[in-house]
Parts: sequence; structure tokens; C-alpha cells
Amino acid sequence: MDDRVVLRVGAKILIPFILLFALYVQFHGDYGPGGGFQAGVIFAAAFILYALVYGLENAQRVLPTWVTHTCSAVGVMIYAGTGVVALLKGGAFLDYGALLHDAHHAQHWGIFSVEFGVLVTVFGVMVSIFYAFAGRGRVES
Amino acid sequence: MDAVIDIALLAFLGITALAILRLRNLFAVVMLSGIYSLLCALLYTTLDAVDVAFTEAAVGAGISTVLLLAALSLVGHEERKPVRRPVLPLFVVLVTGGMLVYGTSDMPPFGQPDNPAHLHVAPRYVEESGHEVGPPNIVTSVLASYRGYDTMGETTVIFTAVVGVLLLLHRGKGTRRPGSPKRAPDTGADESEAARGDDEAHG
Amino acid sequence: MKLLGHYNYWIVVVLMMIGFYIMISRGNLVKKLVGLSVFQTSMMILYISMGKIFGGTPPILLEGGEDVVYSNPLPSVLILTAIVVGVATLAVGLALVVRIKEAYGTVEEDEIHAQDDVM
Repeated sequence: MDDRVVLRVGAKILIPFILLFALYVQFHGDYGPGGGFQAGVIFAAAFILYALVYGLENAQRVLPTWVTHTCSAVGVMIYAGTGVVALLKGGAFLDYGALLHDAHHAQHWGIFSVEFGVLVTVFGVMVSIFYAFAGRGRVES
Repeated sequence: MDAVIDIALLAFLGITALAILRLRNLFAVVMLSGIYSLLCALLYTTLDAVDVAFTEAAVGAGISTVLLLAALSLVGHEERKPVRRPVLPLFVVLVTGGMLVYGTSDMPPFGQPDNPAHLHVAPRYVEESGHEVGPPNIVTSVLASYRGYDTMGETTVIFTAVVGVLLLLHRGKGTRRPGSPKRAPDTGADESEAARGDDEAHG
Repeated sequence: MKLLGHYNYWIVVVLMMIGFYIMISRGNLVKKLVGLSVFQTSMMILYISMGKIFGGTPPILLEGGEDVVYSNPLPSVLILTAIVVGVATLAVGLALVVRIKEAYGTVEEDEIHAQDDVM
């Protein structure tokens, strides 16, 4: 196990910062490069790093497979849900102006909620696909 | 100075692409494709597309490389030596390349502010997105607000991809269940079992 | 400047053709997928270089800048979607390659066709 110590310690130190950076990218997507897709990928990368260093079983104990499958679907629902809420409030589909009374705040919250939906979906998708590939044993005769 | 960086990066990209073509060790090919994505991310930064550079670095150099390596661990590392001379592919590629170069000679010069691409709806986004939508990042406001419907379609496309991958790979013949031995038990007769005997040879 | 402008496009065409050649001339399925991703990435360079303006700055609004020239944000939006769709395609393609390997025992195109002809 001696040669794995560097990897384990390095991963342990880095993973919280990767998660924090993903959240930074998500929320600062309005003011600089960033947004839902990049943040979702970086968030997933933290969990994939954990799975690579500590093993797939440990990673699936931390983040079970059913959670990632659910996240993939819930993100799309959040995105479409924002549009449906705008419909129910009297505007067009995905018309953020109908969400709140103040047009400027409405745009801000509309963009926030759709980017959150994108974050959740991209995170769920990337980790699900990784689990599917990594969990497939090499079938040897 | 920009021109020098541009030319140097594009030359490196050409060398990397040629190396991907010639190498037969697939592990090296996957690493080079990660380098190719990173060089493209640098190129996008010099071309002022910073959001795209970020996404390309994260997705292309990160996720694509991980997925390709995961697939390689299941599939095998060496490409077989090609048996016949690829005359027809070379001919097709040269003809297509020639037609494309002939087509690009009609394109407007690179970087001029009065190119047709900058004239119709782009000035409206650049000038109005500040008061109409709010965020300083024009790409985010176009992506999430002006063209929000397309982004919903894109999110659905990734979701469809995960559905496809799960249909193909979830809990199948080769799946390792937690706690079970590493060899997956055979679940039935398989005619390609004999052919699998010779991929024991590792590179 | 005309030579520099068209140099960009020509190199992109060369890169696209190398990617295309990898896809059609090599038999290994994983290498074909890598060639596809090379092809897609070079096509994106073509689009992004159409959005660049000399003397421009990335399309993020600056404080109090009235006379700033911003590069075109539209190709960036288009290519963001294209990158994500590209990785989705790669994932499904690799899943198919894994299943082909389990079914045929090989990922070389000729051997797969040979097994299909025999069956």
C-alpha cells in the first residue's frame, strides 16, 4: 500500500477544493466564464477522482448509483419546471419575465434556476456514465 | 504577437493529429487526444471564446479522456496493423479537403469587424443584454435567456445519452457486483467464448 | 493579412481531414471514435475563428466601458452546445464498442465482418 499513499493523501486534500471550485464556477457564471455545464463537469470530476483513488465500491457507498440516476432526471425536470411555472403564471414557456413582478430580478432568478438544473443533470450524467463503465467487469474466459 | 501564438498552436495541433493517426498503442492515442483538447482550449482563449475554452478543457480533456480510458481497460490497448493500403480513403480525403479549401477562399477575412457574422443579431445581443437580461457575461445571458429553449434541448440530449449508456451497460453480463469475486460468472453459452481466449495477451 | 486569415481556415481544413482520414481508414473502433472527436474539435475551431474580431475582447461586459469592441458571443453559444453533444455521442459510442467486444471478442472491423459472414 505504500505507493498509494501519495495518491490517497493528495486526493483527500484536493477533493474539497474541487467541489468548492465547482460551486464557484456555477455561481460566478454570470460575471465571468463559467455556468452550469462547466460546474457540473467539475463537480463530477471530484467524485470520479474519489472513485479512481479509493475504489468503485467506496465511491458507490458515498454516492449511490440511484442518486446519480435520479439527479440526471431531476435536473431536466427543474429546467422544464421553470418553463412550466412561467406558463402557469401567465407568460409564455420559459418567459422569465412572468416569474416575478420585477423584470430584472425575474431574469436573474430564472437564469439561476435553469443553470442549477443544468448543473444537477450534467453532474448526474457524468457520474452515472463513469459508474456504468467502471462497474462493467472485464469478462475473461 | 497574437498571430505567432495562433500559428504555433495550430502547428502543434497538426503534429498531435498526425501522431494520433500514426500511433498504434491506444493508450498513447487517448493521452494525445487529451493534449489535443487542451491545445484547442488554449486556441479558443486566444480567439476570445473563454466560455468555450473552459468547457473544452473540462469536458474534452477531462471527461472524454476518463471515458476513453475506462473503455480501453475493457477493450484492449493495441490496434492491429492495417493489412491493406488505404488508397480509397486517401483519395476521398484529398478530394474533400480540396473542395473545402476551395470553399474557404470565398470566406470573409479573419477578424474584420464588418464580417457578415457580426452584423445581424449579434450587435443586438451585445448592446441590449446589459439592460434586458442583466448578467455581464453575454454568453450566459444568450445561453440561458435569449436561447434558453435550445439549452433545454441540449440538457435533454445529455439525459438521452445517459439513458442510452445505461440501457447498454447497466447490470449486464460482465457487471461486478459488490462483494462478489472479480471474475463475472458466465450466464450461458456464448459462441464468441473461443475468440476471447486470445485477448489475454496484454500489450 | 489575407494570408494569415486564410491560413487559419486552411489549417483547420487539414485538421478536419486528418480526423476524417482516421475515421475511414483505421479499423479499430476506439480509434475511429478518437478520430471523430478530432474531427469535431477541428470543426469547432472553424466556427470560433469566425467570431473573433481583431482588437476585441471576450464578450463579458466591462464596467463603464462604452467604446469597447466585444467579440461575437453567438459562435461561443453554438459551440458550447456542440461540445456537450460531442461528449454525449462519445459516451454512447464507447458503450456500443464495449458491448461489441463482449459479443464478438474483438474491436477490429475486419474481424467483426468476418465473424458476421461466417455466422
